Amino acid sequence: MAQMTMIQAITDAMRVEMKRDEKVLLFGEDVGKNGGVFRATEGLQDEFGEDRVFDTPLAESGIGGLAIGLGLTGFRPIMEVQFFGFVFEVFDSIAAQMARMRYRSGGAYSQPVTIRSPFGGGVKTPELHADSLEGLMAQTPGLKVVIPSTPYDAKGLLIAAIRDNDPVVFLEHMKLYRSFRGEVPEGEYTIELGKADVKREGTDVSIITYGAMVHTSLKAAEELEKENINVEVIDLMTVSPLDIDTIVESVKKTGRAIVVQEAQRQAGIAANVVTEIQERAILHLEAPVLRVTAPDTVFAFAQGEDAWLPDHKDVVAKVKEVINF
Amino acid sequence: MNNVQVLQNVEENFQTFRILDEKGEVVNQDAMPDVTDEQLQELMRRMVYTRIWDQRAISLNRQGRLGFYAPVAGQEATMIGTQYALDKQDWILPGYRDIPQLVFHGLPLYQAFLFSRGHVAGNRIPEDVNVLMPQIIIGAQIIQTAGVAMGLKRNGNTNVAITYTGDGGSSQGDFYEGLNFAGAFKSPAIFVVQNNRFAISTPVEKQTAAKTIAQKAVAAGINGIQVDGMDVLAVLAATQQARKDALDGTPTLIEALTYRYGPHTLAGDDPTRYRTKELDTEYQEKDPLVRFRLFLEGKKLWSEDMENEVIEQAKADVKEAISLADKEPKQKVSDFINNMYETLPSNLKEQLEEYTAKESK
Repeated sequence: MAQMTMIQAITDAMRVEMKRDEKVLLFGEDVGKNGGVFRATEGLQDEFGEDRVFDTPLAESGIGGLAIGLGLTGFRPIMEVQFFGFVFEVFDSIAAQMARMRYRSGGAYSQPVTIRSPFGGGVKTPELHADSLEGLMAQTPGLKVVIPSTPYDAKGLLIAAIRDNDPVVFLEHMKLYRSFRGEVPEGEYTIELGKADVKREGTDVSIITYGAMVHTSLKAAEELEKENINVEVIDLMTVSPLDIDTIVESVKKTGRAIVVQEAQRQAGIAANVVTEIQERAILHLEAPVLRVTAPDTVFAFAQGEDAWLPDHKDVVAKVKEVINF
Repeated sequence: MNNVQVLQNVEENFQTFRILDEKGEVVNQDAMPDVTDEQLQELMRRMVYTRIWDQRAISLNRQGRLGFYAPVAGQEATMIGTQYALDKQDWILPGYRDIPQLVFHGLPLYQAFLFSRGHVAGNRIPEDVNVLMPQIIIGAQIIQTAGVAMGLKRNGNTNVAITYTGDGGSSQGDFYEGLNFAGAFKSPAIFVVQNNRFAISTPVEKQTAAKTIAQKAVAAGINGIQVDGMDVLAVLAATQQARKDALDGTPTLIEALTYRYGPHTLAGDDPTRYRTKELDTEYQEKDPLVRFRLFLEGKKLWSEDMENEVIEQAKADVKEAISLADKEPKQKVSDFINNMYETLPSNLKEQLEEYTAKESK
């Protein structure tokens, strides 16, 4: 099995699907000759031609319209939003058009579109690049929202997203692109959308998290292990729809939980997870379910990012709070 | 400073394209579309049919038997003329007023009525009818048209995608993006702006400093036509030309100068707040049906009997469509849930159970 970075796994997933299905098209800003600003599409134009991997004019809304129209005429578009902070420019196409197409048409039309986009803090970008906007997407009926945390997951989830006949927002944390390598099988495999993955088994407390915070939480779990606190870490992988069964099963076992997200606190994924837990497992809880999140400000200026983003110390402290409740 | 080369606000350097004048006289024989007498009669039938159906729809709305409705009277020549130039396999991406084009492209009338009532069955487009559901977001259909047109070309079809918006829609960012994308990708697209002078209440003079909307094609590097939208023959000829050019790789923006006689929609809009009687009269004198009737009568191709026959047909069809619409089963929340995804995710599965239980009580 090959060792790959997450971005290599993402490129590989697209290569596998473009080879398998000639209806898969890949487009966006600078995805062709340049291979994408992060090189996620490196080599794909050479391999599949300018007809299937192409640059668009610089207009996100137009890119969304293109994806909708191509989806309606039998294609399977992968559209790239260069940075997810730019999604506001294409919000209508994604949230008001693609997400509603099947519903509005009573099933006559569908939108097999994958929206790929980098996001996430810790790499000191200019503003509106790193924002965690998955909550906005998750609140939109008709979309699925996927956030992988490892190279293996990224490839399997992306292939599943491309094959899905409904629109999938696939968010790639910039800090994870090249921070480590992992084993990635060659060829095709899928990971079912809407399923969480237990990244670390434990008995004392459940950490429910996703994206880069999976690694932050795993680091915290290691530290807590030294103090004989045995932590279970659940990687949601798909933040909409949530894998409620896996979450609830874990909480019933441990009796304690925290939810960790990089996004701001208000009305996000974590709030949703907490609500599901208290609705379904309150009698199993030994302590309230607490959250580790960023504060409810606009995403931090680059120079203040480290202090603004949650880190493993925040996670350790929050776990101790629920342990000592 | 005098040496600075400035491109001045582009003056209208083309005349509004017309074939018939207001008295039904041919003023541009060279541009006459190649149509048979039967086709000329069919164009008239469709315009009369549409006007009658529009009147019936308004009265059905007042009786509470239809819901959301945007009247079309005044715009028949533009709507009928553009659609008549299309091939059955061409795609239409409509705004919410563009119901006649959908119906003549194959959407059953009762489905148009169900759309008006807010029933999903109205939007369940039959498989052999290449249209989208009426778009509510002004301009969203324009960028989608660039995409559909690209898809048609990729599939090797000799078909085009046509979309409609109003003068207000030409101010949207998506308008520019759609024109620009279609131009850049040489996609077979036609963009029709039905300039009826008012976006709800805002006059076109407040939408833009441009002298025409048609000239906005210039910046996108595509073709532009300004056509008399009250002249069905000119609209037909313009669209035929646009269709040919689209298939050759150049999209066209057609600005059709027209007018809506009625309110924006039937949900309380009062045009007397923003339009003068004089202006209404000015456009009623340009009426598309009147001039085309005069033209056809001059060729002995139209009679009162023929007109009455269409009127009766339209009334009968509306009656039948309403009765079909009445037969449509009521919508259930469980249907809404089932229409969300190909495979229901866990949250909706749970909610489906809940609503199915409620509905079976």
